[in-house]
Amino acid sequence: MADLSTNLAGIKSPNPFWVASGPPSNTGYQAHRAFEAGWGGVVWKTIGEPIVNVASRYSALNHGPARIVGFNNIELISDRSPETNFREIAEVKRRWPHHAVIASLMVETRAQWHEFVRRATDAGADGIELNFGCPHGMCERGLGSAIGQQPAVAEKITGWVMETATIPVIVKLTPNVTDITAVARAARRAGANAISLITTITSITNVNLDPFVPEPTVAGRSSHGGYCGPAVKPIALNMVQSCAADAAVGLPISGIGGIANWRDAAEFIALGATGIQVCTAIMHYGFRIVEDMHEGLSAYLDSKGMTSVTELIGRAAPTLQKWETLDLHWQRVARIDYDKCIGCNLCYIACEDGAHQCIDLKTPEELGLGLGPGRVPHKPVPKVRENDCVGCNLCSLVCPVDDCVKMTVIENGRPPMSWSNYQERLAAGEMQPIAPHP
Amino acid sequence: MPIQPLLPAAAIAANMAELKPALRRQEALVEASRCLYCFDAPCIMACPAGIDIPAFIKKIAHGNPAAAAKSILSANILGASCARVCPTPVLCEGACVLEDRDEQPIQIGRLQRYATDYIAERDIKVFTPPAQTTGKRIAVIGAGPAGLACSAELAQLGHTVVVFEKQAQPGGLNTYGIAYYKMRPEISLAEAELVRSLGVELRCGITIGKDLTIAQLEKTFDAIFVGVGLGATNRLRIPGEELPEVVDALDFIDQIHTRPLDRVPVGRRVVVIGAGNTAIDAVTQSLRLGAEQATVVYRRSEGDMSAYDFEYQRAKCDGARFLFNVAPVEVCGSAGHVIGLRLVRTNAGADGRPEPIPGTETIEPCDLVLKAVGQEKQVVLLRRLFPALQIDAHGVIARDPLTGQTSVPHIFAGGDCANGGREVVNAVGEGKKAAHGLHAFLTRQTAAPPVQPSRLGAKTGPTGSGLLHPVRVHELEAALKK
Repeated sequence: MADLSTNLAGIKSPNPFWVASGPPSNTGYQAHRAFEAGWGGVVWKTIGEPIVNVASRYSALNHGPARIVGFNNIELISDRSPETNFREIAEVKRRWPHHAVIASLMVETRAQWHEFVRRATDAGADGIELNFGCPHGMCERGLGSAIGQQPAVAEKITGWVMETATIPVIVKLTPNVTDITAVARAARRAGANAISLITTITSITNVNLDPFVPEPTVAGRSSHGGYCGPAVKPIALNMVQSCAADAAVGLPISGIGGIANWRDAAEFIALGATGIQVCTAIMHYGFRIVEDMHEGLSAYLDSKGMTSVTELIGRAAPTLQKWETLDLHWQRVARIDYDKCIGCNLCYIACEDGAHQCIDLKTPEELGLGLGPGRVPHKPVPKVRENDCVGCNLCSLVCPVDDCVKMTVIENGRPPMSWSNYQERLAAGEMQPIAPHP
Repeated sequence: MPIQPLLPAAAIAANMAELKPALRRQEALVEASRCLYCFDAPCIMACPAGIDIPAFIKKIAHGNPAAAAKSILSANILGASCARVCPTPVLCEGACVLEDRDEQPIQIGRLQRYATDYIAERDIKVFTPPAQTTGKRIAVIGAGPAGLACSAELAQLGHTVVVFEKQAQPGGLNTYGIAYYKMRPEISLAEAELVRSLGVELRCGITIGKDLTIAQLEKTFDAIFVGVGLGATNRLRIPGEELPEVVDALDFIDQIHTRPLDRVPVGRRVVVIGAGNTAIDAVTQSLRLGAEQATVVYRRSEGDMSAYDFEYQRAKCDGARFLFNVAPVEVCGSAGHVIGLRLVRTNAGADGRPEPIPGTETIEPCDLVLKAVGQEKQVVLLRRLFPALQIDAHGVIARDPLTGQTSVPHIFAGGDCANGGREVVNAVGEGKKAAHGLHAFLTRQTAAPPVQPSRLGAKTGPTGSGLLHPVRVHELEAALKK
């Protein structure tokens, strides 16, 4: 069995699965339950000067019968006193000495930062996470994402923290910026030990069309919320990779954003995260989901012959390059496996209306296929014109049957040529411009 | 002993509860969301009315059931009854591609019912009568599914339509001849009202040829649509057939629709002769009315049955017995009442026809014999009404299958009297096609088949609709076996 333990900038954890700062990490009771279920770490719900919350805090994006493909909240940081939170952190650490407990903090003045860092350290926290991310409520008061959106401010406050910190400091980054590496670099300059990303994305999930108020509704009004859940995973992966690939950042990464299972976790780690954090999936299904994450990641690592999760870190990162380096000559086409095709013709209409018009409808008789599943007399079935197929993948993406539309590499004998090569060769007069697509 | 009702009302009501109850909203949304939204969907090709099934299901999934109902009723004005009575396993649902993905097909019938119930319960009107009328008048003979579908389509094309129906109520077999656990007659009557709301005049209780002559119709109408269905059940031509407890299965079902259920007499031991879908309806309803034993007797083999397999399975689940390769030779009576049915074993002769095996006679004790051996063709009636009309070798009206036009140019036909007896939805499709044929005939325009919204922009022709060339799933399966 592969070793799942991790060490993020000195914070040791029995596995890479942490509960992210949020409603599931609000109390000591929840932290105990999380550790009992098998989570390796808990990032405490952000501690600061006590706030007051509204009723109606969450809303969701559903897709057909699938609930919560995206999730939105307008809940603020912990509404419990710092005394209670630090006392419970101490209690949790006493019972779970080998698990990671990270205190997420959000305060205003230098003196307050110094005080809260000291109190977290005294409580026995293994690390500190600076909440520079929340894009709702707290940012109106100059906190959360208001800090994370300004590298200079983030650098300054991180610097205050580093003046007193004796345990590792993680800066949590907001995705509500044009270039996430700018603030990641600021964290590095200020001496932070790690970064975590992404926090939630500013959002409006949906509008109730009867009273004309977005959700979540608070007494006839709403407010911008923070978006998370499975739908944000692609955005998070992109930002994690951007930071992991930036030498000027050069910090260990705790990956966050839409992670719900072992495969999601493995993808974040493969793009450069050392560990991951989960919130929305726990809010949906409870702490028990970690069991499958544990088994799934372990089995995956074993299947790849990796003895430790650290071997997976960044394994996929080098393959992500600039577009201009991609091979223009690499060719592949869609091929339909008629033994699997069920005749829905979704590939046809997607290509016809949504892409490149390379699929025809023919009768089974015309194709000489005979009848069978998906092929009834006179009913048209899709046929790819391979000469015109640009290999875009759309048909294989809309196909409801696994492995029915196979994207097949065509060996055309042409040597690789990227856009950069192409520009160089054009400039050198070695080739004529490629004719535009008709 | 004369037969009598056997069970109290509450017990029968429970037995006759709908086999497929209405979907609740959440069920409908989940089911609708499963639909892949196929392009040129096989379900449409298998629908003889050409309903744009994926389009209406999408509208349900998106929370717009009234628009779904409009899609359905625009293609099939009898969408509410077809939702209940269509043999969906051999039509749309049988063609659903999900079966090829090892999943249950979409419950298209129940979703169609969900949408049509939605507007019926809320009294939502989805049609507006056409602004202009053409001044053309069409007489429709028979207010069954073909006549109603034809009338509705004609009315929407701007023509003036009067329907003549000999029964007291419109709807034909949809009102009087559907198994009670599939559909209540009120659904059929409400559909007739929907047709009436389009401006169609329904005159019930009028027998053409008796109360009005064809000549009188031809004087006041520009064209005639004939949708007179089939006639009485075929005779058995065996001794004892005249006994009072030898009843047409359709008359038995009619009683279920026209009397309180606890006043319908039924035998304790019922024998149903024949093995088509009407026989299934008769045997299952006998059991549900309280018969202690109900038996289907059929002179051919199990594999020769014309009943759909899912209907056969349902009857077996209801506890029906099936005797194959036996033919009735005599209804045995005592004191003027049925006491049994004498049967003889058969085997298939050289030409495939069942032949009795001498010396194998047995008596099946029973007190009610239901005849479900097919309905007579209306040859006599048709010859009397329309001496010039060409009737084919099968005893049905010869007509162009795409326009319904008969050998007499101003006379069109559709439904059972033209197809020999098929489903309600086939009658609807034929009525609709005949309406377009009539429209073309009366306005000297070419008939244009309706285009499905979900095929808009398609390059290839009007394939994809079962209206013109319905794909029959069991025919397909038979083709695949070859």
